[in-house]
Amino acid sequence: MKKLYTLSIFTENRHGLLHRVTVIFTRRRINIESLTVSESETKGVHRYTIVIESDENHIQKIVKQLEKQVDVIKAFYHKDEETVFQEIALYKVPTHKIANGVKLETLVRNNHARILEVEPDFMIIEKTGHKEETQQLLDALAPFGVMEFVRSGRVSVTKPEKELAAYLQ
Amino acid sequence: METLSLSEKPTVAVTENITGAEAVVKSLIAEGTDTIFGYPGGAIMPVYDALFHYQSELKHVLTRHEQGATHAAQGFARATGKVGVAIATSGPGATNLITGIADAQIDSTPMVCITGQVASPLLGSDAFQETDIVGISMPVTKWNYQITCAEEIPWVMAKAFYIAKSGRPGPVLIDITKDAQFQSFDFEYRKCEKVRSYNPVPKADPLKIKDAAQLINAAKRPFVLFGQGIILSEAEKEFQDFIEKGGLPAAWTIMGLSALDTSHPLNVGMLGMHGNYGPNLLTNECDVLIAIGMRFDDRVTGDLTKYAKQAKVVHIEIDPAEIDKNVKTEVALLGDAKSVLQQLTPLIQDNTHDNWLQQFKDCDAKEKEVVIDNEIAPTSGEMTMGEVIARINKQTNGDAIIVTDVGQHQMMACRYAHFKKSKSNITSGGLGTMGFCLPAALGAKIGAPEREVVAVIGDGGFQMTIQELATIAQTEAAVKILILNNEFLGMVRQWQQLFFDKRYSHTHMVNPDFVAVTKGFGIDAVMVDKRENLDEAVKNFIQSETSCLLEVRVGKENNVFPMVPSGASVAEVRLS
Repeated sequence: MKKLYTLSIFTENRHGLLHRVTVIFTRRRINIESLTVSESETKGVHRYTIVIESDENHIQKIVKQLEKQVDVIKAFYHKDEETVFQEIALYKVPTHKIANGVKLETLVRNNHARILEVEPDFMIIEKTGHKEETQQLLDALAPFGVMEFVRSGRVSVTKPEKELAAYLQ
Repeated sequence: METLSLSEKPTVAVTENITGAEAVVKSLIAEGTDTIFGYPGGAIMPVYDALFHYQSELKHVLTRHEQGATHAAQGFARATGKVGVAIATSGPGATNLITGIADAQIDSTPMVCITGQVASPLLGSDAFQETDIVGISMPVTKWNYQITCAEEIPWVMAKAFYIAKSGRPGPVLIDITKDAQFQSFDFEYRKCEKVRSYNPVPKADPLKIKDAAQLINAAKRPFVLFGQGIILSEAEKEFQDFIEKGGLPAAWTIMGLSALDTSHPLNVGMLGMHGNYGPNLLTNECDVLIAIGMRFDDRVTGDLTKYAKQAKVVHIEIDPAEIDKNVKTEVALLGDAKSVLQQLTPLIQDNTHDNWLQQFKDCDAKEKEVVIDNEIAPTSGEMTMGEVIARINKQTNGDAIIVTDVGQHQMMACRYAHFKKSKSNITSGGLGTMGFCLPAALGAKIGAPEREVVAVIGDGGFQMTIQELATIAQTEAAVKILILNNEFLGMVRQWQQLFFDKRYSHTHMVNPDFVAVTKGFGIDAVMVDKRENLDEAVKNFIQSETSCLLEVRVGKENNVFPMVPSGASVAEVRLS
């Protein structure tokens, strides 16, 4: 059965490597649900967090194809329950709607969101959480008229079997 | 670079103030390269200028198309075991390499391709002959890299050769901007010994080797499938020791052909769609299937859901991504075939499986009667491809390198050619690249000039890279070119006959006069259309000291059998 998997891929920091990683998914007609790249705890080593929908059989093959790439150091896959993950969402809403009542403030408090910036015309609200949570706030803000909305890709940390350094020997 | 280890001892000591272009040439020489195949153009001109000064150390073969350069480099690599090198300019020169690169990738051929690129300030500006060759080649290369400053050249070249040759070999592309070729720097060359993110040869778990030996020792009907991994790891002797000790019947993929003498009593023949009857049928009767250096390609397995389901599978393979990719294994032995077999053979018992081997012989007898006799020794009717190959065998005594293109003639050559030595069958296996043969045969002959090299080509594929006749003429490489002309794209026509109610849609070819064309290139050529002239013609063809072409007019609507129809089980192999 298909479900969401989080891939954590540790790579050398080389230009073009993103393309080499994504063609593995392109060739197999796999849609990338989200993708985040940043430097890892080891200098010079980048960490890709990629979320895809797959099944156990296919995900194992994909991990092997990823690890086959010369500049990929190690790749892991995890089900949602095996990883701690987070996403961030930003919402731009019209400021004048706030003046009309405290409803928005309650909404922000109840959702554990925070207000990043207030301008005469608009304000920016930030919320971190799982997709359902950021979606919930988006639905709730809809009546106020959301001017812009953006949600990041997933970042995730897992319990690796070995320290990354062990793979760099 | 911290991410790779270079040897402590330099191969080339510091040479002050040379250009990037010269550094490319010196790097090639430092890697032991003596021959490269290529085609010049604007963005690679500095390297070509440097080549001019190194003609005694580095031979350059000017092919007539960049695709020809890649296939020639592949033929060279497959005949010698060395890294093949192809070089081209930017833009169309670079894109013309792609077919050969893709072919080398799927057939695990070590190759380094060097492309010129527009000067780095022009990158991304749609400059003349600019293409993003690094982006384009990424899905079909083992590794690639763009060099934009001369200082990068030595370590990138060292890494390129190391990656191309080590582990499961493959093609690497290095793109070098024109300004990097012009820059001067102090050159020093050290070979690459390790790349930290890359583990080319995994080590097999000794416990699993024991498990595999137990399975093999307990097997009543063991069956070995071998692929190119035997040839790439130069494990021919270890492999022969292994099957002889265990009394194990062994069948080959077309990439594994020539790793074991075709007349060896345990060599039971060819696997796959047009392979032999026994190896296909009995795949579904063996109890232990031992696959070595092969990847269970769909042309070998047919319908995977009905493939060897009764068997326990042992898979000896260097590439972890191949394990369980198509066929679920009981025991996976990761590693180089040579080293794994060296550990495995002492653990297996001296054994024979005469009854089991007899089953293969019974199948052979049936196949011989229904298919083979008519194919290799017909006495009447149109000439067949098989009888031509049989005559080649007679003349070469199984000592030649046979290079094939793609299609019916390829299957016939693989089925019927005799081989005594390894690295003697050169064909486009995985990609099925028509046009591969002629340039690959040229590369093979240049790499192994002491060997007889016979290019077996269909009339269709010949016309795809026919321009390389000029390269053969110019290099005076004594390649023997056999054209099996049926005036059709024969394999497609066969499928049209069998699966598309004989609708021969665009497969009939009105061909040029191949003899006249070939003579026009300055190469001797003869056409044979009568059986009584064939013996003499083949004899003259093989005995010729120089390159020559023999065109044989064969039956237009002959088919290759046996056949496992596409999508069918190996057990459904048809003899007619």
